[in-house]
Formats: sequence, C-alpha cells, structure tokens
Amino acid sequence: MSNVLAVLEQRDGTLRKVSHEVVTGARRLADGLGGTVEALVLGAGAVRGTDALGSFGADTVVTATNPAFARYAPEGFTQAVAERAKASGFGAVVFAASATGKDLAPRVAATLGVALAADATDVAVEGGKVVVTRPIYAGKALLKVKLTTQPAVVSLRPNVFTPVERPKAGAAQAVSVDAPAGRVTVKEIKAAEAGALDVAEAPIVISGGRGLKEPANFKLLEELARAFGGKAAVGASRAVVDAGWRPHADQVGQTGKTVSPSLYIAVGISGAIQHLAGMRTSKTIVAINKDKDAPIFKVADYGIVGDLFEIVPKLAEEIRKLHG
Amino acid sequence: MKIAVCIKRVADSETRVKIGPDGKSLDEAGVKFVLNPYDEFAVEEALRRKEAAGAGEIAVIALGPAAAQETIRTALAMGADRGVLLQADRVPADGLETAKALAAELKAGGWDLILFGKMAIDDYNHQVGPMVAELLGLPCVTSIGHLELAGRKGVAEREVEGGLEVVEFPLPVVLTADKGLNEPRYPALKGIMAAKKKPLEVKAATFGPGGVEVLAMLPPPARQEGRIVGEGAAAVPELIRLLREEAKVL
Ligand SMILES: Cc1cc2nc3c(=O)[nH]c(=O)nc-3n(C[C@H](O)[C@H](O)[C@H](O)COP(=O)(O)OP(=O)(O)OC[C@H]3O[C@@H](n4cnc5c(N)ncnc54)[C@H](O)[C@@H]3O)c2cc1C
Ligand SMILES: Nc1ncnc2c1ncn2[C@@H]1O[C@H](COP(=O)(O)O)[C@@H](O)[C@H]1O
Repeated sequence: MSNVLAVLEQRDGTLRKVSHEVVTGARRLADGLGGTVEALVLGAGAVRGTDALGSFGADTVVTATNPAFARYAPEGFTQAVAERAKASGFGAVVFAASATGKDLAPRVAATLGVALAADATDVAVEGGKVVVTRPIYAGKALLKVKLTTQPAVVSLRPNVFTPVERPKAGAAQAVSVDAPAGRVTVKEIKAAEAGALDVAEAPIVISGGRGLKEPANFKLLEELARAFGGKAAVGASRAVVDAGWRPHADQVGQTGKTVSPSLYIAVGISGAIQHLAGMRTSKTIVAINKDKDAPIFKVADYGIVGDLFEIVPKLAEEIRKLHG
Repeated sequence: MKIAVCIKRVADSETRVKIGPDGKSLDEAGVKFVLNPYDEFAVEEALRRKEAAGAGEIAVIALGPAAAQETIRTALAMGADRGVLLQADRVPADGLETAKALAAELKAGGWDLILFGKMAIDDYNHQVGPMVAELLGLPCVTSIGHLELAGRKGVAEREVEGGLEVVEFPLPVVLTADKGLNEPRYPALKGIMAAKKKPLEVKAATFGPGGVEVLAMLPPPARQEGRIVGEGAAAVPELIRLLREEAKVL
C-alpha cells in the first residue's frame, strides 16, 4: 500500500482549477496502489477552494504556509514539497504539467533522486508500479513507460484528466513550514488582460490563422469566445504570431502551447503538422476553412468548408441563442 | 563570460514517425536529425552575451551517439568555441540520468551561465535543465522569453498561465530558453569552415539504469474519421446540433 501526494496550485490565494485534475489523477493512482491521497497546497495563508477537494478524491488536504509562498518561489517550493514527499514515504507524487508544474516537478524529482514522467495523458498502476502514457515527437507517437524509482513523480497534461466528483469529505489541515526565501525570486506577474483565460487551460479554444487576413479581424473570434460565456480563449497559429498579429502566449503548436480543450475550433488555419502537435489531443475539433483539401480537415471531427467571414458570425449568433 | 550550452541532436519536426521493430523506439531510417530548436535559442543567447561582454568562452555539450558530432559542429558554426560529446549509443529514457551525466561534466567548469532549451522536441521531457540546476545547487529560471543581465545579477521573463512572471536571480545561473528569447542566426559559410577546426572532445558517457522503463511506443490514438458537415454559414445549425447531441460538448 502506498499513498499519493497531489501537489496543487493557487494564484492570489485561490486554488487553480487544474488542481482538481491533479487530485483526480492522484486518486486514480491511489486506488491502484491501495492508498490515500494527500493534497498539498503552498501559500502565504489559507487558500480558498481547498474545502471542495474531498469531493474530487482527496483524503487529506494540507496547506503549507510561509510568507514567501504568496507567489511561486522555485527553491522554497522544491524544498517544501520534497521534504513532505520524503517524510511520509509516498508511492507517487503528482503535479500539473502547467507552467509552474513544469518548473517544479523536475526540481523535486532531482532532489529526491528519482525519475519524472512529464506531461502524462494517462496514468495507471500495473503490477504495483506506476505506468504513464505521454505524447512524444509532437504528438506523433505515445510513449508508455513504467516508473521504477519511488516515489513515481508524474506531471499531468492540463485538461486531460476530467475531474471526477466523489462524495467524500477530506480532512483539512494547515501546517506552517520553514523554507529558504531562495535566490530566485518572482518580482511581479504582469497579468494578461483581466479575466482572459489562458489557451492552455480554457475548456474551449478558438484559434485563428492567416485566413483571418488582418489582425483586426480577430475581433470575430473574440466575439465568438464571448458567446461561450467566459469559457473560451482565443488562440493563434504561428503564422499570425510571427506576423505580430497576436502575442506568443496565444500560439498553439509545437513551438507554442499544447492544448487539450473539450472543444477546439480552428478558423482559417491550414493544419500544418507543427500546429497539430499542439492541439491534436483536444476532445472535439472543429475546422472552418475555405479550402476543402486543407490538412486540418483530416484531424477535425467536424468541418465546414467556406468563408470564415460568413461562418464565424453565424456561429457566434447561434451560440448566443443557446446561452440566451 | 564563461558560458556552457547543453544541446541535443533530435529528429526534425517534419519527421514522419515510424515505430521501430522493437516497438519501443523510433525507426531512424531516413530520418533527418537537427539541433533541437530550443537549443538554438540557447546557443544564440550565449553568442550575444559573449559579444556584449567582449570576451569569454562558449562550450557546447551534447550527450548522444557519434553522429551528434554534426549537431555540435552546427553550434560551432554558429560561433561557439568548443564542443564536448558525451558519447553513448542511446540517450537515456530517464531525463535524470542525462542530467547527472551533464552535471558531472559541468561541475568544475566555473561557468557564469549554463543554458538549455526548455525542452527537447523528441522526448518532450521538459526536465533536464532544472534537474542539472538542482544537482549542481545552482539557481535556475526555466522557459525564459526575455533576459537582462547587469553585473552578477539578472532579470528574466517567463510565460505563465494568464501572464508573464518577472524573475530576479544572481549569477551563476542555469537558464532554459523558450521561443521568443531571440532570433537564432544561420551559420555563415565562414563559420562552417571555421567550425571544422574548432576543438571537439569526445568522451564516453556513463549513466545508470535510471527509473524509466520504456514499455512501448505507440501510434497516437486514431481520431475517428472526421466529416464535412456542409458548406458556408448554412451548415452552422447542423454543426451546433452535432456538437450538442453527438459530441456533447455544448
Ligand atoms: C520548427 C517549426 C515550428 C513551428 N511551430 C508552429 C507552432 O507552434 N504553431 C503553428 O501554428 N505553426 C508552427 N509552425 C508553422 C507551420 O508550419 C505553418 O506555417 C503555420 O501553422 C501556418 O499557419 P496558418 O495555418 O495560419 O497559415 P496558412 O498555412 O497560410 O493557412 C491559412 C489557411 O486559411 C485558409 N483561409 C484563407 N482565407 C480564408 C477564408 N476567408 N475563410 C476560411 N479559410 C480561409 C486557407 O485555405 C489556409 O488553409 C512551425 C514551423 C516550423 C518549421
Ligand atoms: N542528450 C542531451 N545532450 C545535451 N543536452 C541535452 C540532452 N537532452 C536534453 N538536453 C538539454 O536539456 C533540454 C531539455 O530537454 P528535455 O528535458 O529532454 O526536454 C534540451 O533543450 C537540452 O538543452
């Protein structure tokens, strides 16, 4: 029997949504290993949203507080998580493969001297060992690996592990920890536009490409995103990012972000292999393109052939009706 | 300014992935190999920092097969001063083993900067840079898209969900490069000629079994054959119906 540590994330004192996915993945491993899930969140004080974690599968919730933990502090977080992982002899430690998790998980694994399987799209326990499936070669193949060192350290690709609710309350616990301030300090977070969802995390992503013709036309996609009522983010192909129409933060693809929303709508994007690398694990893909032979239609579940300037406004109108 | 850059030889992103007969690795027949694109940003940044400092040394280090000498020559042609190949038939599946081998090589170097790509485009491991930093006990900032250095201090920016983190750090430091950090130069003919004469040391790499056992390499789950719903705005109501009733995403 071994227990699983789920390392969660907060921003400005509120638990981030990806944390539910981490608890869900950790629960799956804990069930396979016959153990419990301890959810660990680091913050400057109490973190909002931790009370709901029990219903996603956490048996205990530990909030490790330190004044230096208001923001992500790489060295302090590494030490706090590694010490927690060591102290209780966990069988697995689970992170989100978010910006923070991609930074933190390898540091913790190296500190513990164990392997990390990053960006998992599936986890399981086989013969008492953690088995992870993860995309490689820009999603053109999957690698199935067994982790043989303990604890098994895993980071989960955002949006893949659909939170599963189970009615069971976890026991909350607050611990204050000592941690070095660290040599590396986050001075500031320059926030993107208020309320804007990040493409890597939004449940719906609408991406535009060169077919939009000019930067101002992205307002069509922004209107469509708004029609979805705050659940959608606007992404972009590299062609339009390189042209300076959209910020790099919005780029989807091999040299941009990897997204796995439940709905991905590609508008005026041809579907180059490097673009597909970033979005092919989306649950449902819709393509709108005037060229019926565009490669994007090969990965799209549903396609509409035609002029985006007619189709997108109509789509926004119909979605608004739905949410009416 | 003494700068080390860790570079990896990877299959080009255009590669058609064919799974080898062992069912666990890439069939390399006909595959074109290149310098990992994120490592190009790291090499370029090293060159600019050395140019700005007016003096210094840039070493590039790769762990890989004998053919990785070509990858090292590419970085030397861009302008790096010398190369080290830690030669091994295969690159370990466990990123920590790669990190240990690189850390052992870097340990006594007295580097001001140790640069990496944020990830290798073959294994998508996203880990070797920060692992080396931990092993060497150095501060580290990952996935940087902007860098400023002044004396023994630096400020970097990295993208996080919904914003940019502005991070301060002291030197020596380990940094991993994201796209946007700079525009890598193409090696000029003169650089390519000069690279042939630059020192390239080859050593045998040593690493342990690691904690990652590859069970299988599999094709991505086949997406169900998609369908064209229709043409033009007239097809929108049918699309909405399918998204609600069939895909159940609305
Ligand atoms: C190393 C490397 C890394 C890369 N990384 C990325 C990456 O991360 N992300 C990425 O996206 N790309 C990446 N690329 C670039 C990629 O190869 C393509 O060049 C790029 O994705 C093309 O962008 P696009 O689809 O917007 O433009 P195009 O290929 O020009 O496609 C525009 C599409 O719009 C359609 N269109 C035009 N007008 C209309 C209209 N009125 N209505 C409907 N449709 C219309 C056209 O039919 C066409 O299919 C990378 C390339 C390399 C070499
Ligand atoms: N075999 C290797 N040799 C040299 N550097 C490497 C090697 N593997 C990874 N790296 C470095 O570590 C970075 C991250 O790689 P990875 O963790 O494999 O995604 C790469 O961009 C390189 O800078």
